[in-house]
Amino acid sequence: MGCNKYGGESHPHIIIDECKGCGRCIEACPKDCLRFAEKMNGKGYIPAEYIGKGCTGCGICFYNCPEPYAIEVYKKDKE
Amino acid sequence: MLKKAVGFYEHFERKDGSKSKATHYCAGCGHGIIHKLIAEAVAEYGLQDDTVFVSPVGCGAFCYYYFDCGNVAAGHGRASAVATGLSRSLPGKVVIAYQGDGDLGAIGFNNAFQAANRGEKFVCFFVNNAIYGMTGGQMAPTTLPDQKTATTPYGRDVRKDGYPLKVCEVFNQLEAPIFIERVSVADTKRILKAKKAIRKAIEIQKEGKGYAFVEILSPCPTNMKVSAVAAAQFTIDAMEKTYPLGNFRDRSAEATPPARHDMAVKALDELVVASSAEQVDAGSFTEKEFKFCGFGGQGILSLGLVLAHAGNDTGRNVSWFPSYGPEQRGGTASCSVVLSGGEIGSPTVDKPDVLVAMNQPSLEKFAPTVKDGGVIIYDAQIPVEFELPKNVTVYAFPAAQIATEKGVPKAANTALLGALIALDLIGLPEDAVLTALKDSFAAKPKLIPKNMEIVETAKGWMKAHR
Repeated sequence: MGCNKYGGESHPHIIIDECKGCGRCIEACPKDCLRFAEKMNGKGYIPAEYIGKGCTGCGICFYNCPEPYAIEVYKKDKE
Repeated sequence: MLKKAVGFYEHFERKDGSKSKATHYCAGCGHGIIHKLIAEAVAEYGLQDDTVFVSPVGCGAFCYYYFDCGNVAAGHGRASAVATGLSRSLPGKVVIAYQGDGDLGAIGFNNAFQAANRGEKFVCFFVNNAIYGMTGGQMAPTTLPDQKTATTPYGRDVRKDGYPLKVCEVFNQLEAPIFIERVSVADTKRILKAKKAIRKAIEIQKEGKGYAFVEILSPCPTNMKVSAVAAAQFTIDAMEKTYPLGNFRDRSAEATPPARHDMAVKALDELVVASSAEQVDAGSFTEKEFKFCGFGGQGILSLGLVLAHAGNDTGRNVSWFPSYGPEQRGGTASCSVVLSGGEIGSPTVDKPDVLVAMNQPSLEKFAPTVKDGGVIIYDAQIPVEFELPKNVTVYAFPAAQIATEKGVPKAANTALLGALIALDLIGLPEDAVLTALKDSFAAKPKLIPKNMEIVETAKGWMKAHR
């Protein structure tokens, strides 16, 4: 399952327009694999984005995020 | 595998319509995290269809936008009271009260405290951010010593503003609560502990064991005027000094579901008298308006109630509307009774057809209000030092004297009922009125014969003197 972009690897899926840019996920990520994006989203916030590698699918960003639908975490399927 | 929010509506239609997916909370607000944990616990226990969520007043006022379960919005501070009602009327369901520190700690503290003391079967989630959020950052009961807020610009001075209210510690003095814990959503470690406590509290509700209370320290970046991350750090560095995290109590292992004595339907029927009599046609019964007045303790309200019951038992629409001061005895009391064949517009009686007065001040007050052609009956012992209206029939009736001669001075009201019957002022069959009188003594049947005797004597006097 998950988006082909990361070849089935664990990764966060940030719904850019639902992110309010609070930075809690960036602060919380134990692998430091989130950062602020360069462009603001439709709502006017600078959203978080995935640096593209390093995610272990731990779900910590999901629980730190105050928005229900701003972040989902895809975890690598166990073989 | 996928980690995503569960237990919420797919779209927050109540907020901004069918496309809405974002909350109304500020960036970095702790509410959203807490919402996620609660919604997830409810969904994962499969309780969404069996849960009623009570929204508070405060930033959390719109919880019903989000949680996909039953929702009720309570008045300010009343979530625990509303949750009490829901919990009692919906046995077997899970009830969640969600309250902030202004809602629970200030205006609603007594509601929450008494519900906890009664051990009501619901869970109260208490969101403590040490400040008033919605109204713009004023001092809350939970504001920390020296903390600057909009209303404590030099910091909270405990000598003047009091000390932060430690709700968990206060509730922990009570016998009834099953579970009390304080958690935080400031960082991952704390969020996971909060998740566990919230799940436990929901589980206690699922098993119907009793009252659970979870206080959640939550960051308010907007009113702290700092970033989301700094606000979270404030809850760790500053708030936890005053509000230490931890479990205060977990009696869930030994707790058994409380036995509630459901109110018997029979008891309710006795309280609320519903008529089985056939409705009387509106045209065949002219509306009659009565005012009974005197001082509290004379049986004014009871006398009116007998008439109302008699009317109810014979298919009339009736209203009985008491008015009395805070005193049980000694203050002035009056009641308005309307008997009608049709619908009764208002239970208040401004211009009575019949006025029954048992003391001087009330006679003086209400006599001028009686309709032209109406009737005033007052106790003959009342000194009348004022002019009674001209266009009404007035009877000075020795009610107190008759009752005293019969050995029951307190039954002057019964004597007045006899007078009303004798003058045919009630317009109902006499036996219906007498049955209602007997029913009024259902708890003290010994008094019935004497009261019937007083009615007969009163009738006899009135017939001889009219």
